[in-house]
Formats: sequence, C-alpha cells, structure tokens
Amino acid sequence: MNYDVVIVGGGPAGLAAAYSCKQEGIDSILIIERDDKLGGILNQCIHNGFGLHTFKEELTGPEYAQRFIDKVYEEKIEYKLNSTVINISNDLKVTYVSKNDGLNVIEAKAIILCMGCRERPRGALNIPGYRPAGIYSAGTAQRLMNIDGYKIGKEVVILGSGDIGLIMARRMTLEGAHVNCVAELMPYSGGLKRNIVQCLNDYDIPLYLSHTVVDIKGKDRVEAVTIAEVDKNRKPIPGTEIEYKCDTLLLSVGLLPENELSRMANIELSRVTGGPVVSDSLETNIEGIYACGNVLHVHDLVDYVSQEAGLAGKSAAKHVKAKNASHKYIEVVPSNGIRYTVPQKIDVENIGDNVILRFRVDNIYTNRSIVLKYGDEELSRRKKKVLAPGEMEQIIIDGQTLNNIKGDKLEIFTEEAN
Amino acid sequence: METKEMTCINCPMGCQLSVTVDGDKIQVSGNTCPRGEAYAKDEVTNPTRIVTSTIQVSNGQRVSCKTERAIPKGKIFDVMDEIRKAKANAPISIGDPLIKNVCDTGIDIVATKNIK
Repeated sequence: MNYDVVIVGGGPAGLAAAYSCKQEGIDSILIIERDDKLGGILNQCIHNGFGLHTFKEELTGPEYAQRFIDKVYEEKIEYKLNSTVINISNDLKVTYVSKNDGLNVIEAKAIILCMGCRERPRGALNIPGYRPAGIYSAGTAQRLMNIDGYKIGKEVVILGSGDIGLIMARRMTLEGAHVNCVAELMPYSGGLKRNIVQCLNDYDIPLYLSHTVVDIKGKDRVEAVTIAEVDKNRKPIPGTEIEYKCDTLLLSVGLLPENELSRMANIELSRVTGGPVVSDSLETNIEGIYACGNVLHVHDLVDYVSQEAGLAGKSAAKHVKAKNASHKYIEVVPSNGIRYTVPQKIDVENIGDNVILRFRVDNIYTNRSIVLKYGDEELSRRKKKVLAPGEMEQIIIDGQTLNNIKGDKLEIFTEEAN
Repeated sequence: METKEMTCINCPMGCQLSVTVDGDKIQVSGNTCPRGEAYAKDEVTNPTRIVTSTIQVSNGQRVSCKTERAIPKGKIFDVMDEIRKAKANAPISIGDPLIKNVCDTGIDIVATKNIK
C-alpha cells in the first residue's frame, strides 16, 4: 500500500494535521489510530475550557474533538481504527497491525508523528510501600470515571498539581468523593492558575507545595497515605509528616512524549522535551518525517496543538509536492531561564512567512524580559510581569526579518527587566 | 462589612485580590488591571460556573454533558444530584438537551458527545 502522507495517531494533533494536509491539496492521506474512535485523549476530557483560541468559545474536550472529526469526515480523509503502528523506518515505511488487516506495511512520501504522550507512572517516583489497589495515574482515573462510568474511590489524596490532577480533584469531588489534599513536590504548581482556583479553591481542597508522598499503607487496598514537607533539595523533612486515611491515591506527576516509534526510525530526540528535535517546518532529522502535538513537547492548551499540527500538515504537503530542496540550519540556543524551545533549529534557506517559537521557562520569574538575538542583532525584547514553567510561551518571528539578517545562531534568554 | 481573599484567574499573574463588601459598595484591592476588579465583583455578587459530567445512556454507554451556560456556584451539588439520577436514550447528538431547566436555573443540561 502507498499513501502520500501517513499520520500516526488520530487525536487532536493527527486530526488537525490531516485536515491541513488535505487543504494543501494532498488527497492520499491515511490516519492510523489504535483506539476504536478518533479524538484521542479529548474524549475523556469532559471538562470545559477548550477552544478559546481556535473557536473563540469555551468547549468541552469531546466537542472540540468532534469539530475536527467532522472536518475529517467532510473531507473524506481515510482513517483506520483499532490499528496499531508497530514500526516506522527511516526510509518512510510504516508497519501496523489490526484485527481486520493483519500485519501491513505502508510506503509513505511523508509521515507525521502524532502519537501524543503518556503519564509518568508510579515506578518513576520511588515511593516506598506495597502495591495495593487504589493507586492510579490521574489520566487513568479520568478514563475510568468519564468513559467507563466507574466510581474509583471515596477518600482521595492526589500527588502532583499538574492540570489533570487538578481537574480530577474537582471531578471526584463532584462525584461524591472527598479529596483530602493535593501535594506538590515543587514550590510552585505545574498547573494553570485557573485550574487551581476553579478545581481546588472552589471546593476548599488544600494544595501543599513542597510536599511529597513518603509512605503508602495497605496491602490489598490503599489504607493511608503519608505526605511530608521537602527541603530545598527535595528531601523529606522529618517531623512534618501528615497521615491521611484514604482508599485512593492519584498521581499527576508529569507527561512523557511517547516516542518509541521515533526511536525505531532513528529520529533524534531532545533530552529536555523528550520529543524529536525539529526544524521550523516541524521536520525531524529524518527527511519527510514530521512531528507535532504532545509527542513533540507537552502542551497545556489543545488550541496550540491544533495550530502546530496545522503547520506539520502544511510542511508534509510541501515535502510531497517538491522534493530535494536544499537546507541550511541554524540552531536556536536557549539560556538563562529558558528551558527549551520548539523548534530547536531554523532552516534559513526555506523560511516561511513567520516562525513560531514555543518555549518554557525553568522556574517562576517576575519582571523579566525575554530577549531574542540573531547574530549581533536584537530581534525583540518583551517584558513579562510573570513567567511560570506551567504556562507555555510563544514568540512569532517575522520570516522576512530572519531572511534579512545573517547569523549562525538564534539566541533566546531572559534578562532582569528595568 | 465583609472581606474576601481570592486569586484572579484572568492571566498567569494570579493577583491576590482582597474584596470588601459593604452594602452596595464593593472595593477591590490587590489587582493590577481592570480585569481583576471586574472578576472580583462578579465573584462576590454572582459567582457562576459551567458544570460538566456524564449521564448514563440506555445502551450501557455514558454521554458527557454540561450545563449549557454557567449556573450559580451554590447550585453545583444540586445539579450534580440531578445529573446522577438522569438517564438518556441513544441516539444523541451534541447539543441535545438531556435535562431541561435543571434545578429551576432556567438552564438545560446538554450533551457534549454524539452517541449512535
């Protein structure tokens, strides 16, 4: 089988990438999705707050997904459900398995990676204790409640103040559970401010910053969880322990881009984002393979995933239509407070109308300027009252400006604002 | 006279607001922009929220749902009780009303998912 563009994953990134690719005139597109429906994680995100940027209204996750699913239907874009990609090779062959088709290999002219991310599990945390029932990652709990309709616990402690943990604190409270507290290892929350207010403060759920779980009691089912304050080195401080009698512990301790397939194709991955290293067209180091959405770097807002996927779709279409373009890359170098940028490099011989630089900072900062420097020239300086690691930032750089300057790297850093 | 502390949610600043209510007079401090003042006034006079949940469907599935508009914050748990009791019949389309005028709010609970 041959397709011009194969899209791995039918979640928000895959759907938007497929639609944008089609808009660019590519007809031979295939989306491969392992679940039994399109929409990905949005199907279980039944809360509202999606689409403020894209549709200028506040939608729930399933509604947001349906807008893009409808576009895929209208454009008659092909998709396969219950089909799992098990290999991607660097000569652009995609191997998938499914009950209906068995094992199949598809040759593609371009591939867009849209596999999303998964949750960091308990095993990555070194929490002592037995392995009783009642310990869930927050996203698993969300699926069990919102899709399958299970009530998963009555007395709850949540570790990690990522957005899913906060959303689940509210969700479980609404369903009659008692959420004792949310403990966060860092001195700041990784979640969006409005989630802290509307999910915790609204229901008087305490948030303990610089706290972690030090003990889990119970052999068959969780019986109690002990949390303790941590010092600057994130070591528990003796004497600060609080024990909560509970039957459920939710873990919302970070998301990891899911890149096993990328590794198979020898795609270079960033140690900071956990996703592929890409150029401004979202192309990986393997020509013709693109990445977007949470497989590239974890986003806070699906609107930005859709936007990014739109660019990946456009770039893949361009690649299919015109091969053998020459490239010259310059590095984007983050420093002094900027943890990473996506893209990590810019192809100065093929700059589009503009380049969107997305990034996160490595700590909470107040009154800082974000400075962008290309060669000796300062391109922009933007003052920010507050910068937080939990909120992704972006700068849009005019393509013409980049074309007019010569330099060997683009620097981005923060500086004390005056 | 009553003073309330709250966090503004309009931007990542998250200003700590202090709101003093004295009869009809509402005084906001701690905000760094006009949006903070408007937010605090709404929060003390008529705080509202959109509530989302799921409703059982006759074919064994669940359909996700929401209050069509924001409801008074004080009615959240009453609304949840109604949602828990409700049942819906497939097929369902996004926007279909599943509970009309929930808890006399004048607002419907509507579906947020298509169920065949």
